[in-house]
Amino acid sequence: MALPYLSLAVWLPIAAGLAVLAAGGEGNARAQRWIALAGALAGFLVTLPLYTEFDLKNPGFQFIELTPWIERFNINYHLGVDGISVLFVLLNSFVTVLVVIAGWSVIESRVSQYYAAFLVMSGMLNGVFAALDAALFYVFFESTLIPMFIIIGVWGGPNRVYAAVKFFLYTLMGSLLMLVAMLYLYNKSGGSFEIVDWHRLPLPLPAQGLLFFGFLFAFAVKVPMWPVHTWLPDAHTEAPTGGSVVLAAILLKLGAYGFVRFTLPILPDACRQLAWLMIALSLVAIAYIGLVTLVQTDMKRLIAYSSVSHMGFVTLGFFIFNAYGIEGGLVQMISHGFVSAALFLCIGVMYDRMHTRLLADYGGVVNTMPRFAALMMLFAMANSGLPATSGFVGEFMVIMGAMQQSFWLAFIAATTLVLGAAYTLWMYKRVIFGPVANQHVAALQDLNPREVIVLGALAIAVLAMGVYPVAFTEVMHASVDELLRHIAVPKI
Amino acid sequence: MNLAIILLNHLPVLPEVIVLAGACALMIVDLRVTSERRVVSYYIAQGVLVACAAGTVFVQWVDGPTKLYLFSGLFVSDVMSNVLKLASYASVWLALVYSRQYLLDRGLLRGEFITLLLFALLGMMVMISAASFLSLYLGLELMSLCLFAMVALNRDSAQSTEAAMKYFVLGALSSGLLLYGMSMIYGATGSLALSEVARSTSQLAATTTDRAFLVFGLVFVVAGLAFKIGAAPFHMWIPDVYHGAPTAVTLVIGSAPKLSAFAIAIRLLVNGLPELAHDWQDMLALLALLSMAVGNITAIAQSNLKRMLAYSTIAHMGFMLLGLLSGVVGGNRLSADDAYGAAMFYVIVYVIMSLGAFGMLLYLSRAGFECENLDDLRGLSRRSPWFAFVMMVLMFSLAGIPPTAGFYAKVAVLSAAISAGWIWLAVAAVILSLVGAFYYLRIVKLMYFDEPREGGAVPGHPEMRLLLSANGLLLLAFGILPQPLMNLCFVAIQKL
Repeated sequence: MALPYLSLAVWLPIAAGLAVLAAGGEGNARAQRWIALAGALAGFLVTLPLYTEFDLKNPGFQFIELTPWIERFNINYHLGVDGISVLFVLLNSFVTVLVVIAGWSVIESRVSQYYAAFLVMSGMLNGVFAALDAALFYVFFESTLIPMFIIIGVWGGPNRVYAAVKFFLYTLMGSLLMLVAMLYLYNKSGGSFEIVDWHRLPLPLPAQGLLFFGFLFAFAVKVPMWPVHTWLPDAHTEAPTGGSVVLAAILLKLGAYGFVRFTLPILPDACRQLAWLMIALSLVAIAYIGLVTLVQTDMKRLIAYSSVSHMGFVTLGFFIFNAYGIEGGLVQMISHGFVSAALFLCIGVMYDRMHTRLLADYGGVVNTMPRFAALMMLFAMANSGLPATSGFVGEFMVIMGAMQQSFWLAFIAATTLVLGAAYTLWMYKRVIFGPVANQHVAALQDLNPREVIVLGALAIAVLAMGVYPVAFTEVMHASVDELLRHIAVPKI
Repeated sequence: MNLAIILLNHLPVLPEVIVLAGACALMIVDLRVTSERRVVSYYIAQGVLVACAAGTVFVQWVDGPTKLYLFSGLFVSDVMSNVLKLASYASVWLALVYSRQYLLDRGLLRGEFITLLLFALLGMMVMISAASFLSLYLGLELMSLCLFAMVALNRDSAQSTEAAMKYFVLGALSSGLLLYGMSMIYGATGSLALSEVARSTSQLAATTTDRAFLVFGLVFVVAGLAFKIGAAPFHMWIPDVYHGAPTAVTLVIGSAPKLSAFAIAIRLLVNGLPELAHDWQDMLALLALLSMAVGNITAIAQSNLKRMLAYSTIAHMGFMLLGLLSGVVGGNRLSADDAYGAAMFYVIVYVIMSLGAFGMLLYLSRAGFECENLDDLRGLSRRSPWFAFVMMVLMFSLAGIPPTAGFYAKVAVLSAAISAGWIWLAVAAVILSLVGAFYYLRIVKLMYFDEPREGGAVPGHPEMRLLLSANGLLLLAFGILPQPLMNLCFVAIQKL
């Protein structure tokens, strides 16, 4: 291991973002776009060695970087990835490249600030996934709110201010309670912010219960779980396409990642005690939100609700405590990262041409945009969990895991396959098929090369993951097994 | 020879002597300066501040970490006093630079402003170094009287005069409370020197009658302190004074006096009455909770920026008290340094934020236009992207969002509170700071999401642009590397 890949993955995009800002001014937007693309690509390239040089047999952390940061509080700049987190760093860097390309000709006002916000956020998100020090994690976790707030508020839709403030305050509320929980753990562990130290820290059950809820608020809001999901449809609907993509593909994963990194290993006993609660909330998300999704009339809102439902699968997988469940949840997170990003980009493609997201304004798009219709078909299928697409793998694994627990659990969870197919394909049918709805649709232009690159890259990812999921799951095995062994031991 | 030794022994008061001499000299020079050349006085004042800073650094360098008492125990010089004095010079200096253009535009850059500012600084320095009730009170009154006059500087403005009147009456009342409390404690212990008070309370506190007597005095001392700090329910003067005073004076009131108020809180409670920690910690807990609640919730309803920042001050002082009240746990002082160090870090970071925020208001004001309503910030990112960014950093720092210094300040005091077992208070604090985040966010929203009502870039003095940028970036720098300032605060408290 020669280069500090993780540090590069964090700081290269941030540096590129600052460079874009420095190139400021409305005049040279072209240069800013190219700098942003170069930064995003460089950020992606430095994460590739994380995958190629990853040691599959090592369940612990790899690519570790450790430097004291704030000695007074024993806070270290401690980065490292294991099988659980490494793929998210890659996913995030990959999605950032797509977002930069997708915004190329769409964003015309304040170009430098737009790209800077995305690149800085991308670096911070890598930091969240790579941080092994809880204080560092928290700093990155909460810092990401600032660029997202700006992205929604400046480049968003008509109701953007409401959505941005709601997004910010909801997430802040959760993370502040998590801060108290973290400071409590810092105290109990005798002054350590190392996440690994906390994993080993024995805690009595009542304390575990309180800490569980402290973390739950933060992560449940981020995931988002029912009933604290209401910020998501607003934020998604109002955010610009790039914002929705990052929100769905990466930001939602922070919450689920938090469950695996903090809640499960630090509070295993509370998790077992309260698993019923988490499972119940997840099932509500899967079944009830699935039904809510059916009746949406705004495409972005529809995909947003579908995200809540899909993320319910992830939390369900985590709290059934077996390898299928946890790995299935992680696979589902990555798959959802690809699929939801792709669907939001598809909606973005249509919105850029029609300036409406309402289903009622569409119909017969296939007549004018055949290539687009074909690609979107693939993503719609993936969203409804068709075999040979990435969407199938995660759902199948979680249902297998649930089946080991109880038949009825698996049964309710499997309703998502029906509901997911229903709302996604119905949406697809109404938008793409049928007679051409109006002259705006008749005048549509098919995908331009830039859009083909973005959607094509995601299509390849979705298919690759569906056909050969081992490439993704083999990375996770060692760490997930270790996690399960760890959870099985009570630490009261 | 003899004189040299006497002088050497009194070296720690060098900065005070410089300010006093400088202020007196300035008063005389200013008589001879015509109003067109008032800038001369302005530069003299800056020179005095630089000399003071050099003096304090020299004193610190000569004395090292030792604690020295002078003038038969009236005056103390230790690391904390030197650190806080340096911070006070810096904030007075920034206040001077930030307000220059504003005062010039309004014809208020008079000798009085600069002289009063220096005398107020002298008062603060005496407070910071006070080792006895007497010097503490003298410093406090010197500072307060100067500030009363400064609030009324714009004597034709009814609003300013009203603010000055309120400030004076309530300030006198609070001084009375403080004095009454001090007299009670003096009656019980028979000494004005704080170290002596600490020694005799440790014996007296054992007997219930004397303890009751001491606690009775303590209540008044804490109430007086709360008035000076601006903690609820003794906060009523803050919004009116902040609002009514010329913004330049609001800047002065909102910055350096917080440092000296913190210093006297440490001197009185931690140095003077450690035996009663259990009693005053409970009082401070109530004050902290009320301040955070009143400050954050009322700030939401404000449409005037100065009032909003005033309520934000109240909330922040509540947060600072959180550190102050977490020192002693069940008679155990093991984590006391951490807690007081956290409070000191908080108050210094707060002063940097407050200077930046009011400095921004001064920067955006110009002749005939006061930037003091929320709407005046509308669309700032269009008019001046850089200063909108600086203001955003300030607001996120006030809200305590990483990566800004305000975040570590919050973490430090919360950590102290949690380790002292005040978990419910910590939870209440974070929930109330969530409420607070809303009104800071609203400013970011106005600057970034809304369209400007008037076009054109914002003019500004280059000196001020530079310092204001540095002020904002400092918060970001401390947000990424808080270690140096934190260590400084903790060392200062350890050597107390």
